[in-house]
Amino acid sequence: MNYEPVIGLEVHVQLKTATKAFCGCANVFGTRENTNICPVCLGLPGSLPVLNEKALKAAMKVALALGCQVRSFTKFDRKNYYYPDLPKNFQISQYDMPFSEHGSLDICLEGGIRHIRIKRVHLEEDAGKLIHPEEGAESLVDYNRAGTPLLEIVSEPDMHSPDEAYAYLTDLKLILQYLDISDCDMEKGSLRCDANVSLRPAGTTGLGVKSELKNMNSFRAVRLALEYEIKRQEAELSDGRSVVQETRLWNEKKQMTLPMRSKEEAHDYRYFPEPDLPPFVISASEIEEAKQGLPELPKEKRSRFIASFGFSDKDAATLSATRALADFFEACLKLYDKPKKIAHWLIGPVSFQMNSRGQDIGGLRLTPASLIELIDLVEAGKISQLAAKEVLQEMLESGKPAGKIVEEKNLSQVSDAGSLSSVIEEVIAANKKSVDDFRAGKENAVMFLVGQVMRLSKGKANPKTAREMLIERLKS
Amino acid sequence: MSISRDDVTYIAHLARLGLSEEEISHFQGQLESILEYVDKLKTLDVSRVEPMTHVLDLKNVYRKDSVVPSLDPQSVLKIAPAAQGQFYKVPKVIE
Ligand SMILES: [Zn+2]
Repeated sequence: MNYEPVIGLEVHVQLKTATKAFCGCANVFGTRENTNICPVCLGLPGSLPVLNEKALKAAMKVALALGCQVRSFTKFDRKNYYYPDLPKNFQISQYDMPFSEHGSLDICLEGGIRHIRIKRVHLEEDAGKLIHPEEGAESLVDYNRAGTPLLEIVSEPDMHSPDEAYAYLTDLKLILQYLDISDCDMEKGSLRCDANVSLRPAGTTGLGVKSELKNMNSFRAVRLALEYEIKRQEAELSDGRSVVQETRLWNEKKQMTLPMRSKEEAHDYRYFPEPDLPPFVISASEIEEAKQGLPELPKEKRSRFIASFGFSDKDAATLSATRALADFFEACLKLYDKPKKIAHWLIGPVSFQMNSRGQDIGGLRLTPASLIELIDLVEAGKISQLAAKEVLQEMLESGKPAGKIVEEKNLSQVSDAGSLSSVIEEVIAANKKSVDDFRAGKENAVMFLVGQVMRLSKGKANPKTAREMLIERLKS
Repeated sequence: MSISRDDVTYIAHLARLGLSEEEISHFQGQLESILEYVDKLKTLDVSRVEPMTHVLDLKNVYRKDSVVPSLDPQSVLKIAPAAQGQFYKVPKVIE
């Protein structure tokens, strides 16, 4: 039988606020253990949580960017369970009146656009961090993260392949980055993803028994875990066994999902309204104001790049692949009104440098102004494209401006016939075969000769002039 | 509403309470009478009453996103059952 996978994703995003969700402790990554703790986030008797206004505003941005309906009346609930990473023995979360619901995200795949519904986006607090030293019968707890604001974004089970799940995560992350509400760094845990997956006979609409996958710390791992799990469930069903509803952990080393040692009983969280937090009433005008304040989102930016500058879908997507790169492009545009030239440089040589250095645009020693200076030198015919790549390399190494590097390395393009003719004579003398080929009618042979001129002149020759001079010289 | 012994044991476990056989019987009776009492609410017509989410007539209580000093870890860890360095120490939990 053919089976169709049904996948739903639950994403947790740490909000980039200055303080925790319900107390004034600093919300920072990487400080010494248990330095950002207070009676509220430790759940000491008599303490009273108060909601961080900025956390709610950030949640609102995400909800609206994902087209969710924001509830006019929302409240927090206690989710009760015992685990040492939770100092209060409950987590402040949202149960039956989530902050927002019924959104969607359109993802682009080879086969076209897929509409993924978003079930809910709600606000909750994060738990602390547990460390399990190899030796000893104890675990250690750091509560710096306990009580920091977390957004839970739950999709409907609308995805049907690991690739769709991957595309959903990539697009969601991009939106979150554009909104500038989180670092979205999976390695630091500021973005986390759990996946629910089940199989059903192809062509049917019911839902099979699902397993919940956890412990994936990259989008790639999510895709691999789903691929593995789909195969595993397929094998179970094909052999006439049934899938057990369980939580399974992705094991990066073994490249497989393994059942989590089952906690003693099914979870029974006994949600009830958090009595320490009064409810929140959100007016239509507040929602409208937040909507107006949303930045341009990736999809809109891509469309605008295509419509205004005539970029291809692929180029528009590359330029808007991170907000930093798109902002860099637009800053360049303010200085230099040739969008296609700038795009060519960013997608070509600059992206090459980012990839080979493992840096994003912000990590390079490059500003819009310094890039434009370089492009300007090329466009004015002062240096060749080839030399420009070398100059870019040098700019990133030394941080010096392009003009100075050209001067120091004597890279100015040579366009005058007098200086070029000796190089051309040298090339003609040394490449008899290509010369003969050209004279025999092989026009392409001239390209090889131009290449030799470029090489001999260390990239300084103006290739256009060199080509013209070569043809003239060879035809005479 | 009747409460079985298993219900009591289950709830006690969720709350991490260890109850003796005697206590289970004792609380079984108590819980039953409490629930019976609360059941009286079912005789009221609440079809026109909005569900209550909070007892106080308060709403939209926010805090500005500005940092206030945290506690001194050493003084807090003093009241912890166990600590190691600046960490809280708990019996090993492994997933
Ligand atoms: Zn705190």
